[in-house]
Amino acid sequence: MNALIRLEKLVAGWQSPATAPLDLVVAPGEVVGLSGPNGVGKSTLLGAVAGRARVFSGRIERRPGLRLALQTQDIPPLVGLPLDGRELLALAGADPAGLPPWLAGRLDVRLDRLSGGQRHYLALWAVLGAPADLVLLDEPTNNLDVAGVRHLTQHLHERARGGTGIVVVSHDAPFLAAACDRVVALEAPDVE
Amino acid sequence: MWNELFLLPFLTGLGLAVLLPVLGCYLRLRDEWLAALAYANVAAAGALLALIGGLPPAAGGAAAAALAGAGKRLVARRLGGAASYALLLLGGWSVAVLLAANQPLAERLGHALFDGQLYFADASLLWLVGLGGGAALLALRRLSPRLLLAHLYPDLFRLRGLPAWPIQAGFDLLAALVLAVATLSLGVMGAFALIYIPPWLAFRRAANWRAGLRRAVLIGVLAYVGAFALALGFDQPFGPVLAILLVGLGLLIA
Repeated sequence: MNALIRLEKLVAGWQSPATAPLDLVVAPGEVVGLSGPNGVGKSTLLGAVAGRARVFSGRIERRPGLRLALQTQDIPPLVGLPLDGRELLALAGADPAGLPPWLAGRLDVRLDRLSGGQRHYLALWAVLGAPADLVLLDEPTNNLDVAGVRHLTQHLHERARGGTGIVVVSHDAPFLAAACDRVVALEAPDVE
Repeated sequence: MWNELFLLPFLTGLGLAVLLPVLGCYLRLRDEWLAALAYANVAAAGALLALIGGLPPAAGGAAAAALAGAGKRLVARRLGGAASYALLLLGGWSVAVLLAANQPLAERLGHALFDGQLYFADASLLWLVGLGGGAALLALRRLSPRLLLAHLYPDLFRLRGLPAWPIQAGFDLLAALVLAVATLSLGVMGAFALIYIPPWLAFRRAANWRAGLRRAVLIGVLAYVGAFALALGFDQPFGPVLAILLVGLGLLIA
């Protein structure tokens, strides 16, 4: 199997099915966007690929030995924790090289003393930089300003050039258009 | 004579004043500081039960705390994490106090455990703290990245196909055993004060994790040395002097 992951008629959910059946193949070096209105199950699909959400029907085929990284919308619990950016990146196995200048100089500051956007980007960078073949990102542009979104877009292209597959869920259509090789618009599940 | 009376207890407590704040940082990271108090009370009950049964109190305390640490995970999901610690705390305290009240043999040790009389520590306890404490610090150093990652990215282990339970169960067992030894040396509240207050202060002010560990140890050792001198000089039980000193430091620094 050359593809990193192959979804066949996948229906996923938490307590009950929450997505319409989806076929999707992600190849190495490909950046795939998932778009659609609230409630179509974009985050749930990422959760199913990551093994968090339940698969109700269809199947997920992963390349043997596939290494996954997942960024969720849950912010890591950093408030009150004496941990700085350098330590966070070291823990995740992420290289600080390539961080935007507005963040590179703040690596020695406690994470709970950074702005929300800076903290979010560092937590995101820790996931992006971790050793992985397929990176799953859920609304990565939340809390980011224009400079942050631009830097993220550029970095996703760089990461993909290295052979990593990336799946991005986002409501930010201009970001998806700039960052992704293709965008899949999800359909609302049938409600009986 | 002086060595036996004061040096051995001092060194035993000093080892714990280094170890407990470090362990406390990881308990605080996991929001499990109540576990310290729970294990300390269970260890006290176990030590008294062992004494009555003609067994070494240290072995009884360690066995009871280890059982609580290992068994807690079996019922934690059903009860909720904090509830299981509260039940262990209350159960351990009740058994210990009832044993001390009704068994003449257990009365003296019971008072020592709850008053915190460090001066009963002997050479065997010093060896236990020295070797066991060194091993515990090495184990914590090895577990540290995984404990931090499990807190920050709870899905990470599943994503990497690694089981999280050996790390969690290993840490629970380690915490329970350290608390058992600390309770037998410093008393229930002395051990709890050293495990709770230095990390609490360190987390508020430290610039990063390593600095937090260093700061917690520094606060713990300074408070311990001060309390030892004060308790000795004024002939007071050690545990309450240590606790009140740490409370004062807490109010001053925080």
